Amino acid sequence: MLDQLPAIIIAVPLIAAAVCALIRNETVCWLIALVVAFASFVGSATMLGQVQKYGEDISYKLGGWAPPVGIEYKVDLLAGYVLVLVSLIATAVLIYGRQSVKLEIKKNLHGWYYTMYLLCMCGLLGIVITGDAFNAFVFMEISSLSMYTLIALGKDRRAVAAAYQYLIMGTIGATMYIIGVGLLFTITGTLNMADLAMRLVPLLDTPAAISGMAFIIVGLSLKIALFPLHLWLPNAYAFAPSAVTSFLAATATKVSIYLLMRYLYTVFGFGFSIERTPIPEVIMVLSLLAIFAGSFTALFQENIKRMLAYSSVAQIGYITLGIALANATGLTGSLVHIFNHAVMKGALFMLVGGIAMQVGTVRLSDMAGAGKAMPLTMFGFVLGGFSMIGVPGTVGFVSKWYLAMGALENGWWWIVALLMLSSLLVLVYMGRVIEVAFFRERPVDAIPLKEAPKSMIVTAWVFLLACVYLGFDTSFTVGVAEQAVNVLLGGVQ
Amino acid sequence: MTDLSLFIVAAMLIPAVGAGLIASSGSRPNVREAYTLVTAALLFGVVFLLVPSVLQGARPATEGFDLLPGLSIQFVIEPLGMIFAMIASTLWIVNSIYSIGYMRENKENKQTIFYTCFAIAIASTMGIAFAGNLFTLFLFYEALTLSTYPLVTHKGNDDAKAGGRMYLGILLSTSVLFLLPAVIATYFIAGTGDFTVGGIIPEGESPYLIAALSILFIYGIGKAAVMPVHRWLPAAMVAPTPVSALLHAVAVVKAGVFSVVKVIVYVFGLDLFSGDATSWVVYAAGFTVLVASIIALGQDNLKRRLAYSTVSQLSYVVLAAAMATPLAIIGAAMHITAHAFGKITLFFAAGSIYTAAHKTEISQLNGIGKRMPFTMAAFTIGALSMIGVPPTAGFLGKWYILSAAMELKDWFVLFVIFVSTLLNTGYFVPIIYRAFFKAENVPPAHEHGEAPWPVVLALSLTALGTLALFIFPEVPLALAKALVGQIL
Repeated sequence: MLDQLPAIIIAVPLIAAAVCALIRNETVCWLIALVVAFASFVGSATMLGQVQKYGEDISYKLGGWAPPVGIEYKVDLLAGYVLVLVSLIATAVLIYGRQSVKLEIKKNLHGWYYTMYLLCMCGLLGIVITGDAFNAFVFMEISSLSMYTLIALGKDRRAVAAAYQYLIMGTIGATMYIIGVGLLFTITGTLNMADLAMRLVPLLDTPAAISGMAFIIVGLSLKIALFPLHLWLPNAYAFAPSAVTSFLAATATKVSIYLLMRYLYTVFGFGFSIERTPIPEVIMVLSLLAIFAGSFTALFQENIKRMLAYSSVAQIGYITLGIALANATGLTGSLVHIFNHAVMKGALFMLVGGIAMQVGTVRLSDMAGAGKAMPLTMFGFVLGGFSMIGVPGTVGFVSKWYLAMGALENGWWWIVALLMLSSLLVLVYMGRVIEVAFFRERPVDAIPLKEAPKSMIVTAWVFLLACVYLGFDTSFTVGVAEQAVNVLLGGVQ
Repeated sequence: MTDLSLFIVAAMLIPAVGAGLIASSGSRPNVREAYTLVTAALLFGVVFLLVPSVLQGARPATEGFDLLPGLSIQFVIEPLGMIFAMIASTLWIVNSIYSIGYMRENKENKQTIFYTCFAIAIASTMGIAFAGNLFTLFLFYEALTLSTYPLVTHKGNDDAKAGGRMYLGILLSTSVLFLLPAVIATYFIAGTGDFTVGGIIPEGESPYLIAALSILFIYGIGKAAVMPVHRWLPAAMVAPTPVSALLHAVAVVKAGVFSVVKVIVYVFGLDLFSGDATSWVVYAAGFTVLVASIIALGQDNLKRRLAYSTVSQLSYVVLAAAMATPLAIIGAAMHITAHAFGKITLFFAAGSIYTAAHKTEISQLNGIGKRMPFTMAAFTIGALSMIGVPPTAGFLGKWYILSAAMELKDWFVLFVIFVSTLLNTGYFVPIIYRAFFKAENVPPAHEHGEAPWPVVLALSLTALGTLALFIFPEVPLALAKALVGQIL
């Protein structure tokens, strides 16, 4: 049973999705999805535990075909870490989102929602677990197509346009990725990533390898929404149903970042992609632009979901900045921030979902007086804001600390200055919301407000408390991240 | 864990738990205020039980809690922190008594939130006082900023919002832009942030680096209000008077100058800080002392004049610490203590006048001494302490700072102290003169006498404290000497 875990973790959600599509009863589908997501979480955690305990990676030969011919599923520390993250968020969003899904999605579509949700989760887990470049593409498509559908389920008619926009951009990204993989395949004859890494070594300077690399990186950057390829993200986040936004923001881009790290550090290798190409410099500049452009744009958003979406563009910049720093400390910061950002942004989007439900809109001006009427939601927002700013005692601080230390190790003290400056922008855009909610009286003629349903508040607060808890006890996030960085950097440092 | 380390934890837990109890007391004002007073009294007891052993040379410490490898939360009590904790816990009691009178009489709303945030601010202050390393200090320094923000914006109107924005904006941006990089850089350079006698910055670092680091620290600690990062302090004047007292005397600005002294003594070390790379601090502080005093001269609003006086007095402490000799450090520590008692008396008096007479401007104060003799007598004592006249506490701090300047033959410092003393006299004596020797030109809108008794009691206590510190300075002085005794 345990040996089959890597396959089970993919197969079960896939089958469950089909079952949901057949049943289509809201309660039953929700229960199935919840059980499956939770089981995936337990499975992921078990695999991560095993890898940590025995110190060797789990390799699973799909259908018994030995790699590099067959498809290999591979769980090392890094993959285990991301698997745990994805399945954890998937479970939490299911608990959180049931009420808001009922409200925001048409009744006859509920069954499809859970079908797509499971497919999406299956795809995301698949991207992480697979050791095969082409198989990763397949999973990428599974997750993306279901994600487009999920976004289009939004009540707002602009959701369809947003999904379409994401579909176009996402497809371009996926196509570029597969072109890149194709190029690599033509010169190496293999699709297994580990095998690719070995066979590429003598071929790295060939035009095919370099252009393959370029295609893959640009394709993945689209999926990551790395500035300036982020244009699909704000609309997708803003108009998708609240639960979808929480799930998407916390997982989809993170998984693509994982894949990018894999290619840069494992397939092409540190010695090539970091030391012999200008990739780190390019990513660094783009990351800084993402941080500042994203935060600046967030300042001027009236729709707070869009504001948080632009903030995500900026936060993705922090994560990719760690990749560009290319030392153990910076990469640790990057990996820790993948987890931390998922937790804090997930919580914030959950709270906004509650606001959308109670206030009826997510416009800032409609939130006047929300502080008094929805104290749990708005204090949660304050706490989440602290974490986004990076106040010590929250997870945000831990990530920034590592990124800053990593920058200093490279002697790039000016990056530290920019990092700090960007925290101030976060303070301003989060502060705007808090000021309106707490200092502006609610108009007399406005509908009276009350707290969002308990299930939403409780899940959001579990995440918020995790923001604080993980800000003090970093043994899980930093502990695993540091070990995972060793996997990435291999024998380099 | 030794018994004493339990006390350290208790010093932070008591106000924190108190905050919870106060918040839960809801709309029962008597219960709420009873919780406040009991909590304050307990904290006072715990802090003062620690004093004897610290005086005997013990340095109680808690176990470090590792946040990240090399980055831990730890508390260690050394003499300076002991002084700061003593000031804050003593004044919290008096301030609570005062708050009860003031907040009830002025019918302020949201009083439960007020007392709750106050208690949280005190808990943060204890964290700052007992911080054993830079990171812990930074953590609680931020907590203090954030927990005092609801207090500054207490009135909830546009003025309060603007004031609060300035308060939070300047304090958070300086700490994020300058202090945090300074902390990170220190950990990076020194490999540790533990406060260590003699400093932790390794020898042989380039003077440019030291200078840059000192700039980041001095301006990053915005709470010390060295110009030009002083603007938050006058802006925060919109808050009710007990909050002003908290800002100016009990916690906030004291946390600022305390952190400056602490960083100079335990991070840079006096040897390093007396070098050329950091000599600019003396001039920046001296400039602030003089300019803030000149601005204070021009203010008619009583609380604003007091606010600029605070800016100037804080830079006395920074000036003294920047001279970085043992005598000067003793002077800095004594001045922190003296200013706390003197300034809280002045703010209490200003609030008392506002409560009883509804007056805020100095030009309205003619003859008020006859109606409010206790208030104005206390005001006079506070003012004399600011000027540095014996028999008030202010004299002691100034004496040590002057001695240190003489020893160094630092003519700039001597000049600054001389001129600023004249300026202090210039902006305090006219108020006293008006109050006692000028007749009321227009009869007040309503007949009034003294403010409610808790207010008068509180300001009399702090005024007596100001005198008592001059007569019995043994404990703080012994602690201040222990602070440099380690260094010598």
